[in-house]
Amino acid sequence: MIILVAIKRVVDYNVRVRPTTDQSGVEISNAKMSMNPFDEIAVEEAIRLKEAGIASEVVVASFGVKQCQETIRTALAMGADRGVHVETEVELQPLAVAKLLKTIVDKEKPGMVILGKQAIDDDANQTGQMLASLLNWGQGTFACNVKVDSDKVIVSREIDGGTQTLSLKLPAVITTDLRLNEPRYAKLPDIMKAKKKPLETLTPEDLDIDVSPRLKILKVSEPPKREAGVMVADVTELLDKLRNEAKVI
Amino acid sequence: MEYDVVIVGAGPAGLSTAIRLRQLAIENNLELTVCVLEKGSEVGAHILSGAVFEPRALNELIPDWQEKDAPLNTAVGQDEVYFFTKPDKAYKIPDLFVPKPMHNKGNYIVSLGNVCRWLAEQAEELGVDVFPGFPAADIIIDDDNIVRGVITGDMGVSKEGNEKDNYEAGMELVGKYTIFAEGCRGHLGKRLFEKYELNKESDPQHYGLGIKELWDISADKHKPGLVIHGTGWPLNETGTNGGFFLYHLENNQVSVGLITDLNYSNPFINPYEEFQRFKHHPLIKQYLSGGRRVSYGARAISKGGYYSLPKMVMPGAIMVGCDAGTLNFAKIKGSHTAMKSGMLAAETIVDAFAKGDEGGQLLTDYVEKFNNSWLHEELYSSRNFGSAIHKWGPYIGGGFNYLDQNWFGGKLPVTLRDQSKDHQLIKNKDDCDKINYPKPDGEISFDLLSSVFLSSTNHEEDQPCHLTLKDNNVPISTNLKYYDAPEQRYCPAGVYEVIVGEKGEEQLQINAQNCLHCKTCDIKDPSQNINWKTPEGGGGPNYPNM
Amino acid sequence: MSVLVIADHNNESLNVATLSAITAANKLSDEVEVFVAGNNCKDVANTASKIQGVSRVLLCESEVCVTQLAENIAPLIYQLADKYSHLLSAATTTGKNLMPRVAALLDVAQISDIIDIESEDTFKRPIYAGNVIATVQSTDIKKVITVRSTAFATASSTDTAVSIETVAAPVDNGLSCFVSEELTKSERPELAAADVVISGGRGLGNKENFKLIEDLADCLGAAIGASRAAVDAGFVPNDYQVGQTGKIVAPKLYIAVGISGAIQHLAGMKDSQVIVAINKDAEAPIFQVTDYGIVGDLFKIVPELIEALNS
Repeated sequence: MIILVAIKRVVDYNVRVRPTTDQSGVEISNAKMSMNPFDEIAVEEAIRLKEAGIASEVVVASFGVKQCQETIRTALAMGADRGVHVETEVELQPLAVAKLLKTIVDKEKPGMVILGKQAIDDDANQTGQMLASLLNWGQGTFACNVKVDSDKVIVSREIDGGTQTLSLKLPAVITTDLRLNEPRYAKLPDIMKAKKKPLETLTPEDLDIDVSPRLKILKVSEPPKREAGVMVADVTELLDKLRNEAKVI
Repeated sequence: MEYDVVIVGAGPAGLSTAIRLRQLAIENNLELTVCVLEKGSEVGAHILSGAVFEPRALNELIPDWQEKDAPLNTAVGQDEVYFFTKPDKAYKIPDLFVPKPMHNKGNYIVSLGNVCRWLAEQAEELGVDVFPGFPAADIIIDDDNIVRGVITGDMGVSKEGNEKDNYEAGMELVGKYTIFAEGCRGHLGKRLFEKYELNKESDPQHYGLGIKELWDISADKHKPGLVIHGTGWPLNETGTNGGFFLYHLENNQVSVGLITDLNYSNPFINPYEEFQRFKHHPLIKQYLSGGRRVSYGARAISKGGYYSLPKMVMPGAIMVGCDAGTLNFAKIKGSHTAMKSGMLAAETIVDAFAKGDEGGQLLTDYVEKFNNSWLHEELYSSRNFGSAIHKWGPYIGGGFNYLDQNWFGGKLPVTLRDQSKDHQLIKNKDDCDKINYPKPDGEISFDLLSSVFLSSTNHEEDQPCHLTLKDNNVPISTNLKYYDAPEQRYCPAGVYEVIVGEKGEEQLQINAQNCLHCKTCDIKDPSQNINWKTPEGGGGPNYPNM
Repeated sequence: MSVLVIADHNNESLNVATLSAITAANKLSDEVEVFVAGNNCKDVANTASKIQGVSRVLLCESEVCVTQLAENIAPLIYQLADKYSHLLSAATTTGKNLMPRVAALLDVAQISDIIDIESEDTFKRPIYAGNVIATVQSTDIKKVITVRSTAFATASSTDTAVSIETVAAPVDNGLSCFVSEELTKSERPELAAADVVISGGRGLGNKENFKLIEDLADCLGAAIGASRAAVDAGFVPNDYQVGQTGKIVAPKLYIAVGISGAIQHLAGMKDSQVIVAINKDAEAPIFQVTDYGIVGDLFKIVPELIEALNS
């Protein structure tokens, strides 16, 4: 079975972002870019399934600007087999990515698609679910454990207050949560080998998908600064405020 | 893995070496493989400089840099030098009296990090393998004392030193020649200094700590190309040497910084706080007020100059750039000299290969090339600049420098040597006055941790502490006792804290995650007890445009 | 047009997060309907029917809906969607799992995790882990939205109930089936999902004293967090850390005990609804972001607080 992994190039999680002075977007010029950490977990999971003899090939796909190819190379260095890059300058939103992914699924016929549960830039948490919907496949979102059992995959999911386990008919879509695995580090020789692995480049036009954004970003601003509140004299006053003013206990 | 040349450090020196090597290999039809290791998460992530950039070396290396979109976007326009006499007074030094090397016509205000990112692209186009996120943790030295390459750091080691699930052992990178271009106070460079007694015949290196911020300022205050340098307040209050800069870059940004010489004596000096209060000087504040601080960082610089230059060649290796100490202190610039030192190393190596060299030799030709270059001429003519200021202070030393540089072109037949070591000059706390620094106002000046936050620094939490102590008792029994633990103050990232334990005993807490890789602790620790090692690859600051 | 809110529930009770989604829905329209899909979940529908601002409840009871699998529920909502301008759900793991599946069926974008409503097509939502707030405008005819519950007040209950109408059960499409569910048994919720978080800092002095935090957390059914200083000092393990590389939390109530308030920590908890700090240093930066602060000895104040809460 082929496993398809979708990966996104995002501002590295260590980089502090801020709105541009004109508030039209986020200031990221020359900021370090990395693979979305949840997607890294997705790549790792796919490679482990290949190492376990369950997957035959791991294909990674990324969508967006030319530099996404660097992100694909990172996944190839981790151990993925080949890459697909759909190149566009358009700011892609989850629905467009899900549609693009669907065309790749139609072509590659994977037994499973693994994605990060969300990207750490737009925090949308949508693409995997949308793809499953478009394909009419089962979805195992926020996965913390994945086990393939012949024509099914057993997925444990992180839900509010605990975990839930589902059994999905294959093919299925899985989105990863943080506890699923600890991604490996790429080795130097593998980084060299990754440069020679196949990487196909397409455009949304090749795939006949309209990727124009559905959401317009009108403004980007800093979160409102919290104002310092009041000092209370003692525990009695504090509890009174929490109970009767803030109403949180 | 094997390469013809293994280069440690993707700064101006390392990348220029790599580029020149490949250029010459292509010109001469030689097979020549080159790799560059970089400990930062990407090229440029750990690069911090003012920076006013002199394009002399770049003109030689990549003459068509303009067509290739090198990020040299802001030519220096106005050039001003000040002496801050008081917290609210400044004396502008007439142009005529400014030492010549401090004139900046023809130079560019740049982000050196971005210049390095661009240089790395050029290098990769020429076939260089650049490996960011891979620190060189160790040197391979064979039984004949020949440098044979380096070993990258292990990944996935826990705090206690155990192998975690994702453990990857470091790799040997074997090279016919190894270039050390780690920048100021490289941790491998430090070992090479000892092993090969590289500075046996030179003066001790002298250092400064540069702390820098990047600001978005309002458009009406922005004067692209304006370069301001100066010295005086606040450092002169404690008799400390150093200087400041404020550069107007593109996009309504200014870069502002203060360099505190690390030969300071009062252990209560806090370079970070000096920098914060410095920004309140009206001449600086006028530009910053109403603006927004966007980045923060710090880095030590090697400023000893000519007399501190060590032997730069060892069997199988050459040390270049600030790792050796090629900065021209009179110009307060080290990028063009670092680049040139690397280019000369590349030329030396290609010459050797052309003669059938198999590697591992002591490339004394490098010394000759160096001595015959403009680099040597430049460093020689500025040889007394730093020592004059160390010896006589900014007034008389500055006057000497004016005469020496402007009237005699650096040829005054004088030799000013400075044999002192920076870390030895710190005085007993009882002999010094405590310094009360003003509270940050949250507009011009800020607390330390919110500054460190802006450096985007981070290290994997579960890894061995990369700031190692030779003796765990020294921080309290010596440093705290005699010097009031100066590491609490000279560290510009709040890494070191003396805390009181459960039983009231004092102990040194090392917050290694905050480290900015500036190397000041390795330099200034009065007991030389702190040994800076490379953390797991990719750790450290993530400077965007510094 | 009216707005449909998809209820989050466990067949027994309505998740309070849905009450916040109803408040958000009421800002968009006076006609707010609530959809309850489950099995033997009449109580949930009854609760929903008595919530202020709800004009009708739709109820679908079926064995197929009992575990609310997105694969089965999404087509059901899609069929109902025609008459609604907006489809809302709380941004709980259930809502996050379900709503994008609905949006894709409708061929519209989803607006995730909104914290404010500017107009019927313009919303504010946090991006980059809350470091930046984006104001976005939807160009789609229908809007599928998830709502950050801490950003909207909970709608209150009334005595009068609106009508409950039954919706036909869906067919099981067999794509997925429920195996098991394990809810964390301990009273202590997950740090990232807790309504109340009590965090301790270096002010606690040592590992043993951290028990004070546990005791206070027990009183409030709270999760336990810690500052990096407390983690570095070895009081608690890494996964307790709030801020920077640690977790970002946004509970309803955050109580910081003996935490001075390094910027990394503040970044990790500043989205909390109400912040309380207990610290002996009146100048501690934490007080710049707190709603209620007490200056004093935590070893005196915390036990007092525990006692008052227990009595």
